[in-house]
Amino acid sequence: MLSIKEIWKSFGGLTALRNISFDVKQGDIKALIGPNGAGKTTLLNIVSGIYQPDKGEVNFLGERIVHLSPAKIAQKGVSRTFQHVELFGNMTVVENVMVGRYAKTKAGFFSSGFRLPSIMKEEREVQRKSEEILEYVNLVHRKDEIASNLPIGEQRILEIARALATGPQLVLLDEPAAGLNIKETRELGEIIRKIRGELKITIVLVEHDMDLVMKISDSITVLNFGEVIAEGTPLEVQKNPEVIVAYLGEEEELQTGYNADT
Amino acid sequence: MKKEDLSAFIVFIFLIILFPVLSGGAYTLTVGIFSGINALVAIGLCILMGYAGQVSLGQAGFYGIGAYVSSVLSLHSGLPIVVSVILAMVAAAVAAMILAVPALRLKGHYLAVATLGFGEIINVILNEWGPGGPSGFGDIPHFGLPGYTIDSTRGYFYLVWGLVASVMFFSINLINSRTGRALRAVHDSEAACNAMGLNVAALKIRVFILSAAYAALAGSLYAHYVTFISPGSFSLFYSILVLTMVIVGGITNLWGAIIGAVVITVLPELLRRFEELDVLVYGLILTSSLMFFRKGLVPILIEKINKLKGFAFVKH
Repeated sequence: MLSIKEIWKSFGGLTALRNISFDVKQGDIKALIGPNGAGKTTLLNIVSGIYQPDKGEVNFLGERIVHLSPAKIAQKGVSRTFQHVELFGNMTVVENVMVGRYAKTKAGFFSSGFRLPSIMKEEREVQRKSEEILEYVNLVHRKDEIASNLPIGEQRILEIARALATGPQLVLLDEPAAGLNIKETRELGEIIRKIRGELKITIVLVEHDMDLVMKISDSITVLNFGEVIAEGTPLEVQKNPEVIVAYLGEEEELQTGYNADT
Repeated sequence: MKKEDLSAFIVFIFLIILFPVLSGGAYTLTVGIFSGINALVAIGLCILMGYAGQVSLGQAGFYGIGAYVSSVLSLHSGLPIVVSVILAMVAAAVAAMILAVPALRLKGHYLAVATLGFGEIINVILNEWGPGGPSGFGDIPHFGLPGYTIDSTRGYFYLVWGLVASVMFFSINLINSRTGRALRAVHDSEAACNAMGLNVAALKIRVFILSAAYAALAGSLYAHYVTFISPGSFSLFYSILVLTMVIVGGITNLWGAIIGAVVITVLPELLRRFEELDVLVYGLILTSSLMFFRKGLVPILIEKINKLKGFAFVKH
């Protein structure tokens, strides 16, 4: 459903991505891994429209999206979370999710200001739907708290809930387990799997927590210095000698449980 | 409307109705009228800055456009005053759209300077090409509906504060709606807004237009009350005065805009007794209010009330 073709991107003299191509299959959990600075987040930023590549194409459901603005791409059904949490920190948890419903609803300046009946119905609907999503990710008990007061683990889950509220077909998760403890990471893994399994949403995951990556992904693409060095199932990638070298140097083996952040 | 806002709104309406009855003096009512006019501008700036996170030091420009357009139209076009007021708001909205073009690319201090420049440009235009030039012009008709002129101070008080209440009603609803949430979201993270599919540019343009329309409404009410205007009333000083109102009242709360407008309008009148020291005392009060109530009067008040509530809860 997502196809990335021959993407090049450089910042000044630094080539961040060289000729990157790969496909993401509908309904897959695709992990993008690689050492720090390999270009994973840059690639997510290109898919979500924050950066324009120097060369190359991104096709989503057969449609060229590389020239579109981030907001347009989001409206097409691609949502995302951020490596550095980008919540609406001064708003409540449920309000954050409600903003996610923005593109699916209509109320404008005048109809909102005058509280037209049609708007009030839509507003109740948005409220109900948002609480339902919070329920789904086990965050509904926090709904009236200010988002920035949540612990980091719940902030990351809230970002996912907000992304779900846009009604996406593809969700890009940028290091969702960063800063999470083992228990939180396990819960996160369950939520990601549930989203894919029950909601049929395709997921692209950038993540350093190898335990999580190996457990939940269907397919892994490994980047190193802006190039794809391996691609395959978790098992295939773990055995790939090039990956082991890129990740660990030559002596150690890539083990599950290894966390590049620690 | 949330429960707290609704109860505040009901109290607010009662105060508006009762104030002229309890303190009938023309002088007090006039100060009340100016407070209300300033409150309209302050509410717009509060939405723009406190909620949507866009700085403006150019509100005097919109205020001036409102006053001049409405005055000139009502003097020379023969249109009913209500229509000139509405056209004045439209003119300010168009000016806001023009201002929004550079403003969309700017943030923080840069946006402050750009809007300041806009306000000054409007002021220069009024000075150079406005009727009467720097000395302004008079004989502006009193506000009225076709066949009925409001010329009593009490009537004008009710008109101005009736409009403040309407604008407040509209604004509170807006802030607690889809659009209001989007505006607050723009304040917190534009990156996340984009990822949610929000059209950030369109939202910014609209919130500038809204604040401009409120300021123009206030400007035309000012002109049809004092019946004489000159560019001096629409200078940078006024923009900063409105900013002060919003900050003293509490920029994160719409009620703060009204409280701030009343405090800043009434304070110099109360300080008259200090004669030549009044400016000094005024500055002292402003500085200390910002030092001790940094979040603004209304947010601090809400915190205190919540604390008391919590205390009562623990006791029982």
